[in-house]
Amino acid sequence: MGIEQKTGNLGVVTTTLQNVVNWSRTNSMWPMLFGLACCAIEMMGAQASNYDMSRFGMELMRPSPRQSDLMIVAGRVSRKMAPVLRQLYDQMPDPKWVIAMGDCASCSGIFNNYAVVQGVDEIVPVDVYIAGCPPRPEGLIHGIITLHEKVKQENLKKWK
Amino acid sequence: MEVAMDDQLQSAATAMHERFGAEIHRYADDTSLIAAHDRNVELLTALRDEFRFEMLVAVTAVDYWPQVTPRFHVLYILYSMQHNSTLLVRIPLDGNMPHLRTVEGVYPSANWYEREVYDMFGVTFVGHSDLRRILMPKDWQGHPLRKDYPLGYEEVSFTFNYDEIDLRKPLAKE
Repeated sequence: MGIEQKTGNLGVVTTTLQNVVNWSRTNSMWPMLFGLACCAIEMMGAQASNYDMSRFGMELMRPSPRQSDLMIVAGRVSRKMAPVLRQLYDQMPDPKWVIAMGDCASCSGIFNNYAVVQGVDEIVPVDVYIAGCPPRPEGLIHGIITLHEKVKQENLKKWK
Repeated sequence: MEVAMDDQLQSAATAMHERFGAEIHRYADDTSLIAAHDRNVELLTALRDEFRFEMLVAVTAVDYWPQVTPRFHVLYILYSMQHNSTLLVRIPLDGNMPHLRTVEGVYPSANWYEREVYDMFGVTFVGHSDLRRILMPKDWQGHPLRKDYPLGYEEVSFTFNYDEIDLRKPLAKE
């Protein structure tokens, strides 16, 4: 006899802890406000009323890494900026995820030179790459939904 | 149509030619003086005090590698507020590790310009008060705007060489 029969129609739902926690993580993701170049303009567009990213539970862009769990690297990262980016990543509390938004963050895009990091995955572990130069707000939202799908698949034993 | 040099610019250029042996060049309405490296401070002092070139617009450099004598030209761009005229002073420098006296005492704004030229081209400014890198990280090796500096550190990857490049890529740890 399961708990469903005991409780009748009191509105109790049974599920697993893994599902509940993963679901709650996806729907309250707080991205860090961190614009590096023109991709940041599209990131702002994704949050503004036209595209409204808060439909997916991320209306709060935190200006502090201590309060955020998603880093959207929006733009090219110069060699001089790289230690700063890594420090911000280290300051974010677990669990944390990284989205490389646009070609520059993914693979340095058009900037194949000495001054720009050839893909931000050299510095921080990236979960989702978004193509585009810059990607449209739909692209960013699609990347975030893709990340949500990834987070929902995370295993209880591998939680941090 | 080419515009003739005005009187002030003409007299400044002629005086510098007579006093310091500077060559006068005209190209596309720009006047430039090519002067010797050992008297750059005196030349700029004279231009500032006697010919009213009060403003140092920029200090920059050109690398003529693989030519070595001269390899670099250090370029001062001067502007006269009073006469609305611009004058370029070029200083040719020999060798791969050139030295030049700082003009910080003449134009205080040269401080950061000379740091930039040092950072990008490796020209050492003797007597500079604070000769550090200004654009690149302080532990950077080499001078990026030299012609013999490699352009990038990662080859462009295509489908045929992607695997090879990916093996060498330094990926971040968690």
